[in-house]
Amino acid sequence: MAGSNNFNITPPRWLLAELTYKCPLQCPYCSNPLDYTKHSTEISTEDWKRVLSEARKMGAVQLGFSGGEPLTRPDLVELVLHAQQLGYYSNLITSGYGLTEEKIAQLKHAGLDHIQISIQASTQELNDYLAGTKSYETKKQVAHLVKNLGYPMVLCVVIHRENIHQMPQILEMAEELGADYLELANTQYYGWAHANRDLLLPTKEQFDEAESIAQAYKEKVKDKMKIYYVIPDYYEDRPKACMNGWGTTFLTIAPDGIALPCHSARDLPGLDCPSVNKYSIEEIWKESKAFNFFRGDDWMKEPCRSCDEKEKDFGGCHCQAYMLTGDMYNADPVCSKSPEHHVIQEALDSAKASALSENEKPLIFRNSKNSKLYVKPEKDNLNG
Amino acid sequence: MSIDPNLLIKFSPMHRLQWEEAQQKYVILYPEGLVELNESSAEILQLCDGSRNLNQIVAELEEIFSASDLKDDINNFLEVALKNGWIEQL
Repeated sequence: MAGSNNFNITPPRWLLAELTYKCPLQCPYCSNPLDYTKHSTEISTEDWKRVLSEARKMGAVQLGFSGGEPLTRPDLVELVLHAQQLGYYSNLITSGYGLTEEKIAQLKHAGLDHIQISIQASTQELNDYLAGTKSYETKKQVAHLVKNLGYPMVLCVVIHRENIHQMPQILEMAEELGADYLELANTQYYGWAHANRDLLLPTKEQFDEAESIAQAYKEKVKDKMKIYYVIPDYYEDRPKACMNGWGTTFLTIAPDGIALPCHSARDLPGLDCPSVNKYSIEEIWKESKAFNFFRGDDWMKEPCRSCDEKEKDFGGCHCQAYMLTGDMYNADPVCSKSPEHHVIQEALDSAKASALSENEKPLIFRNSKNSKLYVKPEKDNLNG
Repeated sequence: MSIDPNLLIKFSPMHRLQWEEAQQKYVILYPEGLVELNESSAEILQLCDGSRNLNQIVAELEEIFSASDLKDDINNFLEVALKNGWIEQL
């Protein structure tokens, strides 16, 4: 299947540099792998500079510095400067925790284009509970500093059952902080979010109410704040066009230098995701097994193969198909045409039962202690 | 939202217009966003430097392309650009 059919290989345009898995926060919906402690080595500053240079030469122009918490890398300013010299548009995706006025000024001077700050909730109590760390006041101060230094400010709030009732207050908070963009990201159930799905997945009624509040607000503030509403996968009829098509646009480099076609791809069996320590970005993008794996449509099974929407959604998300059906070649079960679509309803029912239950199990927070529980051999049992 | 013909037009300071060698085209860059431009859109946006109004942009492009009927197309594109926040009026 890999590379056996005709398609043009388009250049990468987005590079996600996951600089580290270290993070002072413990959000229970983190998209990092559950067993991230197994991949704790980090590539060097020189390696990152080479990766940035090679990807830029290939065509990458949007660059996200992410993690974990990218601020924990002492060479962040140096990497931002290198990115600026190469002509990237660089985005810092941060919890804001540990971001001082001095650091923001250094980053600005080095040429950072934009800072995205995540806030967990509209109240200190809930924010600090979800983050697992006292961080609410710091985050709000950082938001003001970012704004004062003239950066475009994106506020990101991940939405789930613990905070969805705060939608009106979240919108007001974003407006008060002067956000230019507000990303309302309904939780995507990968990594830690998948492990906590019963506790995080809202009901249909909660989704509908929150969405209508957000849409009305979007209209009200349209001239000063743009609202991005990341759709809740599990309540859609059709899957998302994951990564804008496999190996067409997005390149993720994990902290240990493994190149991934999407940031969950490490969990897929048999991809042999290549390392930047062994190959150039050009070799990885054009020739590696992993990046060619789902290019084109030769890999497709029914119902995708004969579907007239296959050019639109490319069969959806392979990681989701693998996680929920055990077969990464299946259609994303979010699709109502999928013979496995029932697993979505089962997940919704299970989450609802959990919400109504009197002794709901506790959230599993994302930290090293919990991660070690997911490192193999246990991992195989906990994946499904 | 429509273009006020009396006001100068300036590219948004919150966005960046940049030539991309690998793609051989201009792109607009903004927080986590990327718009690839065709040639004529890029020509129009490059003139949005805060020194020209609508008619001045039209006159300049009509001269470059030896054409006389570009006003509607340019106005339509600039309205889209204004709505998307790529340009602002001073």
